Amino acid sequence: MNVDWLLTHSPALLIAIPLLAAFLTPVIDRINKKARDAFVIIVLIIAEIIMIALAWDVFTGSAHIYTMGASNPTATIPSQAAVPIRIVLEVDGMGAFMGLISTTVSLAAGFYSLAFVKKETGQGRYYTLLLLMLVGMLGMEFTGDIFNLFVFLEVLSMASAALIAYRFYYGDAVEGAFKYCVVSSLGALMVLFAIGLLYGQYDLLNMAALAKVIEYTTLDKIALVLLIAAFAMKCGAVPMHMWTPDSYTVAPAPITAMLVAASQASLYALFRICFSLYGLTLDVTTVGIIIIALGLLSMFVGVTMALPQKDIKRLMSYHAVSQTGYMLLGVGVGLYLLGKSDFDTYGMAAMEGGIFHIINHALYKGLLFLTAGAIFYKVKTRNLNEMGGLAHSMKFTTIFFMIGALAIAGIPPFNGFASKLLIYESAYHVSPILSIIAMLVSIITLASFVKVFHSAFMGPPMENAEAGEVPKSMIIGMAILTVGIILFGLFPGWVVSNIVHPAAQALAAQAGYIGSVAGGA
Amino acid sequence: MLETTGGYWSPIVWIVAFIVAFLMAYIMWGMGEKKHAKGEQEKPFLSGQDEPSKEAVHVRAGNIYWGFTETLSGYYDFMKKIHTGIINDYVLWFLGMAAIFFLAIVLPGVIM
Amino acid sequence: MIYNIPFFAVIILIAVGMYAVIFRRNLIKIAIGITIVESAVNLFLITLGYREGGVAPIYTNLPANVVIPGGMVLPVPQALTLTSIVIGVAVLALMLSFVIRIYQYYGTLDSKKVRRLKE
Repeated sequence: MNVDWLLTHSPALLIAIPLLAAFLTPVIDRINKKARDAFVIIVLIIAEIIMIALAWDVFTGSAHIYTMGASNPTATIPSQAAVPIRIVLEVDGMGAFMGLISTTVSLAAGFYSLAFVKKETGQGRYYTLLLLMLVGMLGMEFTGDIFNLFVFLEVLSMASAALIAYRFYYGDAVEGAFKYCVVSSLGALMVLFAIGLLYGQYDLLNMAALAKVIEYTTLDKIALVLLIAAFAMKCGAVPMHMWTPDSYTVAPAPITAMLVAASQASLYALFRICFSLYGLTLDVTTVGIIIIALGLLSMFVGVTMALPQKDIKRLMSYHAVSQTGYMLLGVGVGLYLLGKSDFDTYGMAAMEGGIFHIINHALYKGLLFLTAGAIFYKVKTRNLNEMGGLAHSMKFTTIFFMIGALAIAGIPPFNGFASKLLIYESAYHVSPILSIIAMLVSIITLASFVKVFHSAFMGPPMENAEAGEVPKSMIIGMAILTVGIILFGLFPGWVVSNIVHPAAQALAAQAGYIGSVAGGA
Repeated sequence: MLETTGGYWSPIVWIVAFIVAFLMAYIMWGMGEKKHAKGEQEKPFLSGQDEPSKEAVHVRAGNIYWGFTETLSGYYDFMKKIHTGIINDYVLWFLGMAAIFFLAIVLPGVIM
Repeated sequence: MIYNIPFFAVIILIAVGMYAVIFRRNLIKIAIGITIVESAVNLFLITLGYREGGVAPIYTNLPANVVIPGGMVLPVPQALTLTSIVIGVAVLALMLSFVIRIYQYYGTLDSKKVRRLKE
């Protein structure tokens, strides 16, 4: 087993290892609880290491192709067929980039869970579902097959819904999970209907092969409408965002951090559909304006709804909606300019900003949800009115929260500033109004996090709270994400040119995506 | 060092500038007059009342941006009205947005 | 014309299911509505793969004088439908178990009363 073998098979291994481990977890749980915890953490660490190796190879080399069930995994089209008929995994720059986010957030959430759910029942099943969520995310990000996308979307949705309801004894947790389950299964059915429309016309399920022959007929347009609506709802774009605060609020904190990464997997699917499947055949101006409009609405409504919230996780959930708006704006500007003469300068910068913001958001919003969970762990309430003075006893959590809050508000030198700067500059070129709204939203974001900081951490110490810091494993979970924020903040140039640019390039260059599977554009 | 279309952004330079500015401000502050030793200050005069304890004057979260939400109460009332929390409405929003996308993307091609 | 009837049935079933999800306030009826939409999508997939007078696509068990592959129905949509049915069962089971818990903690199945999370 050498490195080349590992790299060749890594796309399949990254899905297979957590999937098998997920169903081994309840068995090990029967034998020994400590062994189960260690097993889950080791699996997450292995996934992270393989993912980093794969991502590095993709960023420095070319996209990885893996054909499931073929004797030679790099041969996508069997000798007796004219088109790819097997399930093909295709990990290009964008897929590897999203995979990095998913594994990193899962690793942090895994460490954090060790202490966070220690007193709950059914932990074996909790970790099973946590690993299944990772499988769903990685599957959505790696697959080159549009029906496979639907299957992994459902795997992700079902695992998430069950985990949102994990602490069912709160009652409202089940309500949030039910709402999530209804909207996500309806969205997934619309995706399946769109897949049927595409398959009926072209007899193809492979995205690259579809992209080669797609003609943008009326049926294709209807499929596009259903896909955009479903994935925009799954990533929480206003006005289809209402399930987001409901389910994020009631889920256990590590799961909320993973749900942020899960929403971004849907965002990835939205971008993949627009850029790689339809590409220049679609009306980039109309669809670009739709995505920009969704982004602006999400930014503004999300942040203004966050401001008066009294529940700390609900406030942060509305910020998640608002930050998704930045990504939609950045990549929407890129789509709007696609194929136009300005694309190489402003369009590319906007896409880099939007894509850079995805990883930044996963890091700092994950961190903020974990600090909210740490507060809940100690204070046993999410109501900001009943908190106060936590900085006296929780020094690490306070520092982590400050770093996360400054990063999300786009205060230099943290990472949020770098990606927002790229978005401001390039969106200004399309229309100055876009940049003005984006900056205004940033200011209100800072204002609402000042409110959280003031009411939770400042002021006289609470009388009825347990004193002291949260357990070590929770601090490790938060520290993983904090280190990411600081590194990304200090070296934005290196990150953009080595990680973000290949991802943006992979999205923008449809010919490369088609060529690597279907052989020539 | 991050090159953008209009300029560049370097956190290292920013941090160095921040430290220099902080040192300058600290030195200037240090050169000021040291009038009072600790404990010498007078208590604040609040119309002859005693100063309330810190616990009593800590502004709770629900009141912090009261002025902001009160000024925009029309907007916030509307927003509260549409965030009903009823699952049927969530699905209706989804279908409504799908209909809008349909009008924007499919209809122009059908008419022409 | 006769072969287009299933497509009309798909449209009608989706409309019925969506009506149930949007206008019915009982949570169980919402779950039923989603199942109806899912059946409609499954019917759509199956109809796509049907060929007039086609036989089952099993090579080893073909009747005599069948054109290959034109005389067989498409196998892929059937595989998709099977997957989709399995997923649908999981979704339905999960949703109904949520409904049970909601009834335990809220004492009602009215979606207008199951709204502790709002605004």
